[in-house]
Amino acid sequence: MNKIISSIAICMLSIALLSSCKQDKKLPFYGERHAETVRDAAGVEKIDTVYQTIPNWSFLNQDSIVTTNKATDGKVYVADFFFTSCSTICPTMHRNLMTVYNDFKTNPDVMFVSHTIDFKYDKPSVLKKYAQKLGVDGDKWQFLYGSKDSVYTLAEKNYLVAVGEDSTAKDGYIHQGYLVLIDKDRRIRGAYDGTKEDQVEQLKKDIPVLLTEYKK
Amino acid sequence: MRKYIITIAFLFSVIFVIISCQNQETIDLQNYMSNGKELYRTKCQNCHGENGEGLGQLAPPLTDTLFLKTNKTRLACIIRNGIEESIVINGKTYKEKMPAFPELADIDVAQVMVYITNSFGNNQGFVPYSKVSIQLQNCK
Repeated sequence: MNKIISSIAICMLSIALLSSCKQDKKLPFYGERHAETVRDAAGVEKIDTVYQTIPNWSFLNQDSIVTTNKATDGKVYVADFFFTSCSTICPTMHRNLMTVYNDFKTNPDVMFVSHTIDFKYDKPSVLKKYAQKLGVDGDKWQFLYGSKDSVYTLAEKNYLVAVGEDSTAKDGYIHQGYLVLIDKDRRIRGAYDGTKEDQVEQLKKDIPVLLTEYKK
Repeated sequence: MRKYIITIAFLFSVIFVIISCQNQETIDLQNYMSNGKELYRTKCQNCHGENGEGLGQLAPPLTDTLFLKTNKTRLACIIRNGIEESIVINGKTYKEKMPAFPELADIDVAQVMVYITNSFGNNQGFVPYSKVSIQLQNCK
């Protein structure tokens, strides 16, 4: 009898321990970080971690309208780098991203930003045609055109995605197929391989997690 | 008695030869299908999708059996050289350029063509490599 009671007690105890371990899930922070001394509202000095953020940007979108970071400020957004004449990974990336877009179409807190790395050919009118043919309408998904320098720096330094021109590559450019998840404070909170369905599924699960972080 | 056995054995072997002749095409088809599937995955799937569903209006689906049938002799050329003219698939017009795949050998083109024309709801049977090779020599 005693044995049964003690084993039940152990079971209960371990369940209690396990369930108390459970916390609200939070996404990790990517990129560089450093500690900074800040004063809080009460004027008390304390040390805080400062994470890498996406700087201000300004590009032309698919409607030839100057679009800046104001469009994405205060929103959770997914960014990627592609080009319209790409026949390798981009179609798969955007096929998968399209399913994410459809899932969050009606959520005003979520946006999508695709930067072209083909500064020679992908003018806004080309991007517009591409967006329409992909099945994207409206400004929830921005297709952005900018100079080589500005886009490539943003990709490599800020979004941590490798891009480049390569005359030996089939379509003339090489790039990574990451879908980068940015939070409302411009910090990198996830990077998902847009060519892999399971990672894109994870992205779909992580966006709501990120959104609930801001609900408090 | 002995004669009977020999005749029966002979008949059997003749039948066996006939059956295995017919089977050669089935074996070839299976061969082409499995190699073609792998080629499709690496060269075509990005745009045309895992199930040949296409991508928006950027890349047409590969499910238009009628188009595949009427353009039967052109398919190999399209796979190898791409296509720039606009085409109508399932009643929709597609204008995007398809890139060329010059790296595909004749046998690769044949295998991927057989795979496409016998997948995604298509069922157009086997086309031997020799035939595809001739089609490829006559591309416009």
